[in-house]
Amino acid sequence: MTELTITPAPSLAGSSRHALSDTWTVTKRNLIRTRRVPEAIFFSSLQPIMFVLLFRYVFGGAIPVAGTTYVNYLMPGIFVQTMCFGAIQTSIGLAEDLHSGLLERFRALPMSRSAVLGGRTTADVFRNVFVILLMTIVGILVGFRPEGTIFTYLAACGIMLLFSYSLMWGFAYIGLAAPNAEVAQLMSFPLLFPLTFASTAFVPLSSMPGWLQGFAANQPVSVVVDAVRSLMIGGTYYSPSSIWKAIAWSVGLFLVLAPLAVRKYRKA
Amino acid sequence: MSLSRFSQLLALYGPFGRVVILTEMPSSLAVDARGLTKVFSKGAVRALDGFDIEVPIGQVVGLLGPNGSGKTTAVRILSTILQPDAGSAAIMGFDVQKQASSVRRVIGLAGQYATVDENLTGTENLDMVGHLCHLARGTVKPRALELLEQFGLSDAADRPVSTYSGGMRRRLDLAAALVARPPLLFLDEPTTGLDPQSRLGLWDVIEALVKGGTTVLLTTQYLEEADRLANRVVVIDSGKVIANGTPAELKRDLGATVLELTLADDASATTASEMLKDLSTKVTHVDGNLLELTVEKGPAVAAEALRRLDAADMPLLGLSLHEPSLDDVFLALTGQKTEVDTEALTASTGRKGRKAKETS
Ligand SMILES: Nc1ncnc2c1ncn2[C@@H]1O[C@H](COP(=O)(O)OP(=O)(O)O)[C@@H](O)[C@H]1O
Ligand SMILES: [Mg+2]
Repeated sequence: MTELTITPAPSLAGSSRHALSDTWTVTKRNLIRTRRVPEAIFFSSLQPIMFVLLFRYVFGGAIPVAGTTYVNYLMPGIFVQTMCFGAIQTSIGLAEDLHSGLLERFRALPMSRSAVLGGRTTADVFRNVFVILLMTIVGILVGFRPEGTIFTYLAACGIMLLFSYSLMWGFAYIGLAAPNAEVAQLMSFPLLFPLTFASTAFVPLSSMPGWLQGFAANQPVSVVVDAVRSLMIGGTYYSPSSIWKAIAWSVGLFLVLAPLAVRKYRKA
Repeated sequence: MSLSRFSQLLALYGPFGRVVILTEMPSSLAVDARGLTKVFSKGAVRALDGFDIEVPIGQVVGLLGPNGSGKTTAVRILSTILQPDAGSAAIMGFDVQKQASSVRRVIGLAGQYATVDENLTGTENLDMVGHLCHLARGTVKPRALELLEQFGLSDAADRPVSTYSGGMRRRLDLAAALVARPPLLFLDEPTTGLDPQSRLGLWDVIEALVKGGTTVLLTTQYLEEADRLANRVVVIDSGKVIANGTPAELKRDLGATVLELTLADDASATTASEMLKDLSTKVTHVDGNLLELTVEKGPAVAAEALRRLDAADMPLLGLSLHEPSLDDVFLALTGQKTEVDTEALTASTGRKGRKAKETS
């Protein structure tokens, strides 16, 4: 009696053929989760709204800015800050999936190896699009009046999304490295606070001590805030170089962080 | 056999439009693992230590061992989740390390802990797995509904899994492993933590799958489970195979009857075990006020035991002689020092099952 075995035909490197559709499947699954726990998105939106109100009505009066209203100066900073903090969700989501054992199931499926991280980050980009819409409305309600056209506004949004996407890969790494979801969250804060507050997000560079200015002017969050401000407000803040620098930072961070996260995923 | 296997493979591969090349293979093993070794914690833990296992196509092999003996590690390696430090394994002829993606197309895995997504509904979970297994578009939904029906989950199909009971989760997890109709199924402690009724239900499901031609490697701490479901049993302890055979062979090797004595209290059981040690062929085991001895010439030894206990003025609450169960086999193989998860054993229906056998 002869037995038969099968050898898959030498197709396009096995799983990569399905990389896009698998990524989309995982994205949908993450979006369903977000929809099913609306409290999470509600409370994570509450925090940036409170930041807007706090800076607009409490601190803002004490922060002089050149060439525009403080709320116009503030909103690009709020947008970028919200996205940076939103990237924590990437690390929490992955830590949860890892420790719930779901990633084990995925690993034994014939799915594309890149789909878990790809699906997580893609879903988080969708969340950021929602956040931009929401914060734009909140901003306009408190007096935010972007200059320029709809196209420059969309370009600004594109830059923020690109930057946040790159950042997510770093947070994906943290999520896979952390012993659990809570620790993943705690590990994220010490990274985010200096980056978002020692930046041009809320206060002009000139108000900081000299030793801090060098860092604050060149760190990526400031560069991206400057780029967004250049596109949303223009005028005094017009700065094409910051736009290119923001794109370069985003691409550079992606090229460094994504392989790190992917390697961590393979070993996790 | 070869023809049914051929059609089985075509059924699996045909709809996805994969080109299938058929080649001759000398063996008919679904799982063929040799010398698997895995160390954790920088060598401090040898989870597997030269572990071998063979699962012939169409059979059910039970991997039996106490908590921490390496069962899950073995399953994780065989399902390509984990890389072995040494040794090799072939699944349906595919190497788990070099041909992992081919292996993943022929296996289904239901892990030790139900790994379904809490926030998704039953249907959404199965849909997701169907898409990730690359079932043809139009077949994903019908397959999900079919499985939900088969596992008695239709009513809960559109509820988030977080509202499911433990038994329902297990069934959904098993359903998820079956989405792509894999010819080989790994079940890691499929009934641990389930109430007896859910356990019986799951056994029926597994038996039905086996009738349908699925090959199964199942791990368990429950001796009765292996006894009922498996054609062959591989007993594992500290990452090594310590016995291998059909349930009947294992019992025959023990070559003995089990004498079970119930004493007044735990202390007298211990005393009695010392007194009667020389009557036992292999094992003397105390569990609370219960004393078990593997003996030869059951009735004669029982009479002798009664005499001695009577002379020592130790009252006896119960006595029984029975054929060894796998429970006893395990005890004989590993001795008493083995860290059998006592909680799991008492939770198991093993004792109840044995009582049922005695009376029959
Ligand atoms: N990821 C891991 N890191 C460290 N030790 C592990 C890991 N996985 C398993 N072990 C250890 O390996 C041994 C075997 O574990 P396991 O395969 O889970 O046993 P079983 O499934 O039979 O209970 C245990 O001592 C366990 O603590
Ligand atoms: Mg286990």
